[in-house]
Amino acid sequence: MTETNTNSRIGEELLSVNNIDLSFGGVKALTDISFNINKGEIRSIIGPNGAGKSSMLNVINGFYQPQVGHVRFKGKDYTPMRPALAAKSGIARTFQNIALFKGMSTLDNIMTGRYLKMHSSFIEQALYIGRAKREELEHREKVEEIIDFLEIEAIRKTPVGRLPYGLQKRVELARALAMEPELLLLDEPMAGMNLEEKEDMSRYIIDVNEQFGTTIALIEHDMGVVMDLSDRVVVLDYGRKLADGSPDEVSSNQDVIDAYLGVSH
Amino acid sequence: MEFLYSIFVTPFVEMWTAPEFLAEVVLGGLMSGIMYSLVALGFVLIFKASGVFNFAQGVMVLFAALNFVGLIDAGLPIVVALIATILIMVALAFAIERVVLRNLVNQEHIILFMATIGIAYFLEGLGEMIWGGDVRPLNIGLPDDVWFVGDILIQQSEVFAAAVAGSLVIALSLFFQYTRTGRALRAVADDHQAALSVGIPLNHIWIVVWAVAGLVALVAGIMWGSKFWVQFSLSTIALKALPVLILGGFTSIPGAIIGGLIIGAGEKVAEVFWGAAYGGAIEEWFAYVLALIFLFFRPQGLFGEKIIERV
Ligand SMILES: Nc1ncnc2c1ncn2[C@@H]1O[C@H](COP(=O)(O)OP(=O)(O)O)[C@@H](O)[C@H]1O
Ligand SMILES: [Mg+2]
Repeated sequence: MTETNTNSRIGEELLSVNNIDLSFGGVKALTDISFNINKGEIRSIIGPNGAGKSSMLNVINGFYQPQVGHVRFKGKDYTPMRPALAAKSGIARTFQNIALFKGMSTLDNIMTGRYLKMHSSFIEQALYIGRAKREELEHREKVEEIIDFLEIEAIRKTPVGRLPYGLQKRVELARALAMEPELLLLDEPMAGMNLEEKEDMSRYIIDVNEQFGTTIALIEHDMGVVMDLSDRVVVLDYGRKLADGSPDEVSSNQDVIDAYLGVSH
Repeated sequence: MEFLYSIFVTPFVEMWTAPEFLAEVVLGGLMSGIMYSLVALGFVLIFKASGVFNFAQGVMVLFAALNFVGLIDAGLPIVVALIATILIMVALAFAIERVVLRNLVNQEHIILFMATIGIAYFLEGLGEMIWGGDVRPLNIGLPDDVWFVGDILIQQSEVFAAAVAGSLVIALSLFFQYTRTGRALRAVADDHQAALSVGIPLNHIWIVVWAVAGLVALVAGIMWGSKFWVQFSLSTIALKALPVLILGGFTSIPGAIIGGLIIGAGEKVAEVFWGAAYGGAIEEWFAYVLALIFLFFRPQGLFGEKIIERV
């Protein structure tokens, strides 16, 4: 990512987490974490296993409620954030361990991403009249666009439980995109993928960011990918923030180097 | 010797020599089977969407029927009584979500199961308090003529009941397949966290499934009540849905339907043709023994997902 397009692409602050403390029983998962994410940027969160990266995303979309601190999104404070609020205000996500609706087709999985955008009443749906029918068709169109974008036409009707791992990850991304989010949280979208699949996924992430202007928070272990994609990187270790800055700044930071050398991957 | 003969030979000879009679027995069995299917369907809906094993499903059948017959006896026209009972069942769904589910949401399944036992006794008591404990006939003007197809005698009322149940199941499947709420229901059944992440409100979905289960209970209650009158034994008979679930699988809607039909037809045939040899009352236990055999050979049920042991 070159400096010039970085500046025009990126706007003001979209989200910030402020002084987040999160513990489970005696285990401290996050200690006094603060950082922000600007509109339009790709922001990576890295760190060794158990550093608290997934917990951080879970705090942002409200799955975990921190004991201390708050999440600020689009100028509004949430103490704490809740999953329903996050979805409603424009935050979508994928999961480290794929969380798809396994018995449902690719198409139906992606359609669930349109849930909040559809407004027909229960009665209209029960009788399949009025808005219910019109909405189904309208949103189906939007979903087909996403299917084309991610090149998964061939598996439209397949129950996702039967798909190979790499494609499941892609369907999960599709479902999140169907929400047309302002902020997209991706928890290790390339874990367990081969090189080619990783390249595809990287390309999709860049395209989403550039074409739709979607802000992305990315957790990823592959340093090559992180350095290529990210505008800024925040480094966690044992639940604490170790460093925060551009990929170059972070990779030359002595604390970061030590933390990574001390951990085998 | 004679005993073996009466088990392995006589019944089949009887079936062979009087196929029309066999057909009538099977048809009669399928009719009670539809009831079992409907009760089992209510279980499956709730179990899929919330992982709650709803012990109260049988009592909901009774409760719906009691309200319906009570309102009719109080002088309301049938259609008005029907709408009022639907509203009562929907209100019940709201109340259960608000009072029970919302407060126990993160508890162990066994706790939720205990809570549904509580709901069952509460509803039974409430029904008796409002409507009394009398056995009441329910007459909604079903045709009481018969048809002959060849030599086989068919009750028109039973055909009507089957058509109603069939339409209900088809309507439900379409609803689940093609509407946003239906899709959300399936999504919640598959993965709670993922459903939350796309903004599907679990509370709302629970209300919908309990309301739909209440509606299915009402249909079952009306059909059962117009055949055997509305009485408190209804809730015990509804326990036959348990073996149906073991047969069909706890999460399969087609399984609930087909399991119910198999058990309904199977127990009637067993009673009529083998009853003499055993001294009768096979109907009482047939379903449970069949379920037991299934547990040995196919514990996931006919349509359930295969249970894979992790080692
Ligand atoms: N739901 C949970 N219950 C208990 N402990 C948890 C839970 N989620 C995360 N943790 C703990 O928090 C720490 C950070 O985990 P996590 O956020 O998954 O790390 P990462 O994603 O960086 O590998 C770990 O010690 C983990 O065991
Ligand atoms: Mg993680």
